[in-house]
Formats: sequence, C-alpha cells, structure tokens
Amino acid sequence: MDKGLQSEGKMIDVQQMIERNKNKKSFGERIEKIIPFFLLLCAAVSVLTTVGILFTLLRESIGFFSNVSLIDFYTGTSWSPWSGEYGVAPLIGGTLLITLIATLVAVPLGLMSAIFLSEYANDKVRRVIKPVLEVLAGIPTVVYGYFALTFITPMFQAFIPDLGIFNALSGGFVVGIMIIPMVASLSEDAMNSVPNALREGAYGLGATKLEVVFKVVLPAALSGIIASIVLAISRAIGETMIVTIAAGATPNLTFNPTESIQTMTAFIVQAATGDTTFGSTIYYSLYAVGMTLFVFTLVMNLIAQYISRKFREEY
Amino acid sequence: MLGQNEQNIKKRMEGRVAFNKILMVLFGMATAVGLVFLVLLFYRVLTQGIGYLSLDYIMNFPAPYPEKAGIYAGLIGSVFLMIIVAIFSVIIGVATAIYLEEYAAKNKFTDFIRVNIQNLAGVPSIVFGLLGLTFFVYMFNFGYTLIAGGLTMALLILPVIVVAAQEAVRSVPAEIKEASYGMGASKWQTIARVILPAAIPGILTGAIIALSRAIGETAPLIIVGAATAIYTLPDSLLAKYTVMPIQIYNWTGRPQEEWQYVAGAGIIVLLAVLLLMNSIAVLIRNKYQRRL
Repeated sequence: MDKGLQSEGKMIDVQQMIERNKNKKSFGERIEKIIPFFLLLCAAVSVLTTVGILFTLLRESIGFFSNVSLIDFYTGTSWSPWSGEYGVAPLIGGTLLITLIATLVAVPLGLMSAIFLSEYANDKVRRVIKPVLEVLAGIPTVVYGYFALTFITPMFQAFIPDLGIFNALSGGFVVGIMIIPMVASLSEDAMNSVPNALREGAYGLGATKLEVVFKVVLPAALSGIIASIVLAISRAIGETMIVTIAAGATPNLTFNPTESIQTMTAFIVQAATGDTTFGSTIYYSLYAVGMTLFVFTLVMNLIAQYISRKFREEY
Repeated sequence: MLGQNEQNIKKRMEGRVAFNKILMVLFGMATAVGLVFLVLLFYRVLTQGIGYLSLDYIMNFPAPYPEKAGIYAGLIGSVFLMIIVAIFSVIIGVATAIYLEEYAAKNKFTDFIRVNIQNLAGVPSIVFGLLGLTFFVYMFNFGYTLIAGGLTMALLILPVIVVAAQEAVRSVPAEIKEASYGMGASKWQTIARVILPAAIPGILTGAIIALSRAIGETAPLIIVGAATAIYTLPDSLLAKYTVMPIQIYNWTGRPQEEWQYVAGAGIIVLLAVLLLMNSIAVLIRNKYQRRL
C-alpha cells in the first residue's frame, strides 16, 4: 500500500514536471516566435525611413509646384525666392561648380595616393598613412568650413587679389580635400584586390613598377576606381556646411570660381535659418530643391553600384 | 651595329627606370598633400582657438561678448542628444542586423532591405533634416526640440550602425554557434547568450564611430531647428537645445574677428570629444580583438 502510494505520489510529481516543462516550453516557443517579428519591425524602420523621405519630398514638392510651375522651376535662370523668382538653375549651377572643383582636386590627389599606398609604399608605411589619411574623412564639415573661410580663402587671396571673402574656389577646394580619403581608400582597396600573379607576369616580361601600375593594375581595378570616384562626387554634391560657410549665399549662374555662389544645400540651410513660415512658398521650395538634390545623389549612387556590380572583375 | 642596338636598349631602359622613380616621388608627394592639409588644419585651429579656451569657456553659456561666451550649452546639449541617438539607433540597428544575418530568408524582400540600407547611407544628411522637419517637428508636433533632433540623427546614422553590427554578427565563428545548438539551445537562446556577447565589442566600436559622426553633424540639426542662443540646459525631451557644431557655425558666421577665435576654441573642444570617442573605440577593438 505504502509503496503504491509512494509510487503514485512520484507519478504525480513526474506528471507535474512534464506539465511544467510543457508550459515552460510553450513560453519559450512564444518568445522564439515573437522575437523574429520584433526584429523584422526594427528592420522595417530603415525601409520606412526611405518611404518617409520619398513621401516628404514628393508631397511638399507637389505643394510647391501648385504655386510655381515645373517648367519655370527647371528652366528659369533667376533664383530669388524672397521676390518670387524660382528658377533653380543658379543653385544647380553652383552645386555643379563646387562639385567640379572638388573633383579636380580629389581625383588626381586621391588616385595618386591610392597608387602610392597600394603599389609603392611598404606595409609599415601603409599601415600608418592610410588611417591618418582617413582622419580627413572624419573631421566635422563645420570645421572644414571654418578652415576654408579663415585660412584657405586668405591664402588664395594672396595669389588672386580679386577673390572675395565668399567664393566657389575655396569652398570647392576644401570639399575636394575632404573627399580625398574616399577616393584614395576605395581605390586602394580595388587595387589591392588585383592578384599579385598579374603583376608578377608583367614584371617577368621586364616591365617597370610604373608600367605595371598603368598597364596592369589600373585597368584591372578600373571598375572599383570609377565607383569610388562616383561615390565621392555624390558626397560632394550633398556637402552642406563647407559651402554654406565658405562659398556664399549668392544664387549666381556662373562658372567663374572666384565669385560667390549658392549651392542647393546652402539654400536649404539659408531658408531654414531665416524666418520661413510653415506652408509658405519658400517653405515648400526647400523640399523642391531637396528633391532635386536627392535625385542627383541617388542617380550617382545607383551608377556607382551598377558599375561595381556589372564590371566587377572576378579573379 | 650590335653595340649601337645595345646602347639604344640601355638608354631606353634607363629612361623607363628614371620615369618610374620620378612618378614614385610624385605619387608620394600627392599622398603628402592630404597629410599636410590635416596638419595645417589642426595647427590653424589650435593657434586660433587656444587663447580663448579656458575652464570658463567650457562652463559658460553663449554670450553677446566674445570674452564671456562659452560652449557649455553646446557641450551638454551634444551629450544629451548623443544619449537619445545612441538609445534609438543602437537598439534598432542591432535588431536589424540580427534579423538580416540570422533570420531573414534569402528572398527579394531581404535583398530589398539590404539595397535600401546601402542607398540610405548615400543620402545627403541635409535631406534627413527635411525628413525630420516634416515628421518629427510638424507631423508629430515635437517642435524644435531635443527629441526631434535626436530621432532625426538616429535615422541618419542607422545605416552605419546596421552595417557595423552585421559585420560583427557575421564574424562570430560558426563553431560556437553550432556548439550552442548542439547543446540544445534554441535559436534565440543562441543569439542572446552566444552570438550577441561575442559580437558586442564589434558592435560597440561601430556604434561609437557612428556616434562620433553624429556629434559633428550640423546641417540636419539646423533644419530641425537646434537653437543658437540657449541660456539653460535642456531639462526634458521637449526642451530647446543647442549642440557644439551649431554654436561653432553661428560664431564662424559673425563678422568680428574675435568670434573666429571663440569658434576656434569650440572646434578644439569638439575635436577633443571626437578624439576621446575614437580612442575608446580603438581601445575596445584592441582589447577584444584576440579573444575569439
């Protein structure tokens, strides 16, 4: 009897344990099911951000284009929103001028740095110089703006006496300095991934290092190099603080780099700092300009992605 | 005849070798240009700003006179803003990375999220400012407040954190995951107790580097209305605020020369904070690099 009871008691214990374990398991299972859902929600935030950007730019731009015609906006050559003239060409021209100057500075210097680091420098030198060069990319743009206004412009004025305090030249130049590490780093990565067997083949035929660089390494790494340049250009187009501080606030359709200009980004800052009332045409013009800027950079980024995907050399 | 030919070849060879040498020097000089500008920039900022840098400068609010102006409101504002940015961007970023690396099926939707994150990283920061202005300032009606600025910046650095966290999660060796599964752990148990602890140094390093980008950002905060003259510290999420880069921008724009020195001193403080953050990131990376 006793034994029976005891064993019955034990059986109950075991049953309880099984029940308890079952409950535990179902709690655990529930977590296992909830977690991926929660993680998916978080992943959706980045998608929502994109949707939000498109939605904002489109909706407010449509508000703008109900006041100003699309044709006037894109074909007009005078930008002075405070007197009702909304021809965006001077802002686009200013952005392109800055981008052109920056590219002329950054592409030769960045590419030559990349060749030096990848092909000529030994490991020790590369390990020191590459991170130091990348510090240039980490400096806040407001600091660059300060540097452009208080140092680069006075320096240039020593050579070009007519240079105004605000001018496209020093703004574009400093933007170029800022994007050097982008060109240099990404191009160097592309050159590094060219297999050594290709170089050695050329050396075996008696080529000098320079000939190997120009006839083997550069052609083999071309897609990566071009992608790096396009990305750097996209960065220059979207750059805001340097040009706001150093290049001026004069919408000016000119290709004279010594003049003061205004970029799309600088106008957005100017209009946002001024007392722009919510719902006014100037308020909406922020978004129409922002939309144009967004399309410019998006196209550049897509081109860069297309190049590095389509023309990637697999070794 | 043969001697003539040999001489020609020798000449040509010498020319090629010399050309190689010349261009090597040119490439080296081009590399030096970037470094020289870095040195010039630091030198310029230090010499301009050091005279105005003092404990008073760090502890003072902005003032109408250069000698009395200080960066206290900006410094504390930046710290508060970074706390908000860190909370939102790290939680959402790490969760996104875990989803993409551990849960996401290999399908079009996952590819879409990946491409989307890549493209977000290329959107100019000022466009994020416009996003924040529409949604956080007006639609959610936060106004020009700390929380509106913080959320805008969190979205801005989210792609950077996702990519860094993805790399950290991916670099956890498959063996220790399999060991965890082999002992009967479930997927989430493996993630929470094995993968995340192993990935934390990488995640932290990436997060600090992303935050150091956010702390120097100016443009989006101008758009979402960070103030320039603030005489109290923000006491709630819905308080007005300013940050260091905004103060520096404001001082740089003033015509009197003294304000440039005030701005220079502000830049020294900003760069010091950046240096501190990056050193911490490097320390974490070096300390934990060899553990796995």
